[in-house]
Amino acid sequence: MALAITMAVIFASGVVFPYSMRRLWGFVGDRHGPNRVGPLGLLQPFADFIKLVTKEDITPTKANRWVFLLAPVIGFATPILIQAVIPYSETYTIANLNVGLLYIAAVSAFGVLGILLAGWSANNKYTLVGGLRAGAQMISYEIPLLLTLIIVAMLADSMSLNDVVVQQADVWYIVIQPMAFIIFLVAGVAELNRTPFDLPEAESELVGGYMTEYGGIRFALFAGLMEWGNVTVWGLTTATLFLGGWRGPFLSGPIWLLLKAVIMGLIIIWFFATFPRLQVDQLMAFAWKILIPISILNLGVTGLFIVLWPDNYLLPTAIFSWGATLVFIGVFTFVVKKILLGKRLGMHKSMDYEPWMLRKPAEPIPTRRQVGP
Amino acid sequence: MTPDYYVSYLSIALLGLADILFVLALIGASRLVQRRNPYPQKLTTYECGIEPFSDSWSPFAIRYYIFALLFVLFDVEAVFLYPWAVIFRDMGFTGFIEMMIFITVLLFGLFYAWIKGALEWV
Repeated sequence: MALAITMAVIFASGVVFPYSMRRLWGFVGDRHGPNRVGPLGLLQPFADFIKLVTKEDITPTKANRWVFLLAPVIGFATPILIQAVIPYSETYTIANLNVGLLYIAAVSAFGVLGILLAGWSANNKYTLVGGLRAGAQMISYEIPLLLTLIIVAMLADSMSLNDVVVQQADVWYIVIQPMAFIIFLVAGVAELNRTPFDLPEAESELVGGYMTEYGGIRFALFAGLMEWGNVTVWGLTTATLFLGGWRGPFLSGPIWLLLKAVIMGLIIIWFFATFPRLQVDQLMAFAWKILIPISILNLGVTGLFIVLWPDNYLLPTAIFSWGATLVFIGVFTFVVKKILLGKRLGMHKSMDYEPWMLRKPAEPIPTRRQVGP
Repeated sequence: MTPDYYVSYLSIALLGLADILFVLALIGASRLVQRRNPYPQKLTTYECGIEPFSDSWSPFAIRYYIFALLFVLFDVEAVFLYPWAVIFRDMGFTGFIEMMIFITVLLFGLFYAWIKGALEWV
């Protein structure tokens, strides 16, 4: 039973997300996306799967055969094992651990291992660089993630995910701790190697990143099932920790939980369609110089409020967290704009027109409509 | 320790086993339906079409190894923080201050590494 649910979630995410990603991405880019296979292109993921299964599955001669085979197994441990502690309804959890949050922190580290091994074992330069980048990025963003999980444990006064959901009966934690939610969102997107943090598989420089040498069914396992399975599982975790888990009116618990997870996944796809990619040094600096100090500050202040007012700490925490969120977004936007404008000024110094004019003013700006006969 | 406790961990172990079987079974099933025709040129390492030269497992400048060292520091901190987060209400103000001193020492370590330039692209 538990096994069937776990596998169904993984396969469903391998079907739902690639399709919706290509479709939504197409709409954002003013294209159609897949629309030929079946009604509205709905059968496209199945066609892709059949194609990938029947393709030849090769192992390069120079690769380390056994590690090459072991890497997907280890990578798959994360999406499958994390699902064990997610409460699907009031009574149903596959394994109701009393250290659920610590378990999530521990198991999510397997993902790094799988990707590092995949990158190393193929004996290819692209995969090696992709795997090492993934390792550096994922361990850096793991720390804000861990600190955020600790804030949830402090608020719920328990590490069991069932208790976390029970504690959110009145207010969801996203209302009390939006700062923690934003840190969890950013760090989670980085953990999942999605845009704007998709350096480990940067197509324009590293071909396919750590999965360059994987073909056929192994590519389907990595790119389809593991990556999107991770997205779903991350969505389930976020829904449980911050969005009230299985709570919701009218519908039953599992449906609400999966709905929230899919919405989180769609937010990631939205990021995918709209954000540019960061540089490696910017990425690491953002984790170590911004996210970690902020999450430690958030942790300390939340702890202080809980100790000062043990009975009604929710309101001061919420006020602090909302204020911190607004200040953070405001300052961050201001600083980033300033830096970007400075770069642009430097870039345009040698030109004969003002930096804010992107082209010479004498020429009329051609728009899309004017092109043509 | 209720029996339920052991059943939970047993089911996690079973899921881990299922993970191994699942991946191997999918790769095996694919073996059955695919057409195999390997030849030496096909099995070379992919390097954008040119002849692959040298080995990738050679000494390589990993610019992030200092981050890995710092990560160990914060990982240990997290291991201390998790049990504290569950019981710090009972410990009261003293326990809170103690943990804050610990975190402050760690933060000084982070700032030291920052000032020394360990967080820059070296």
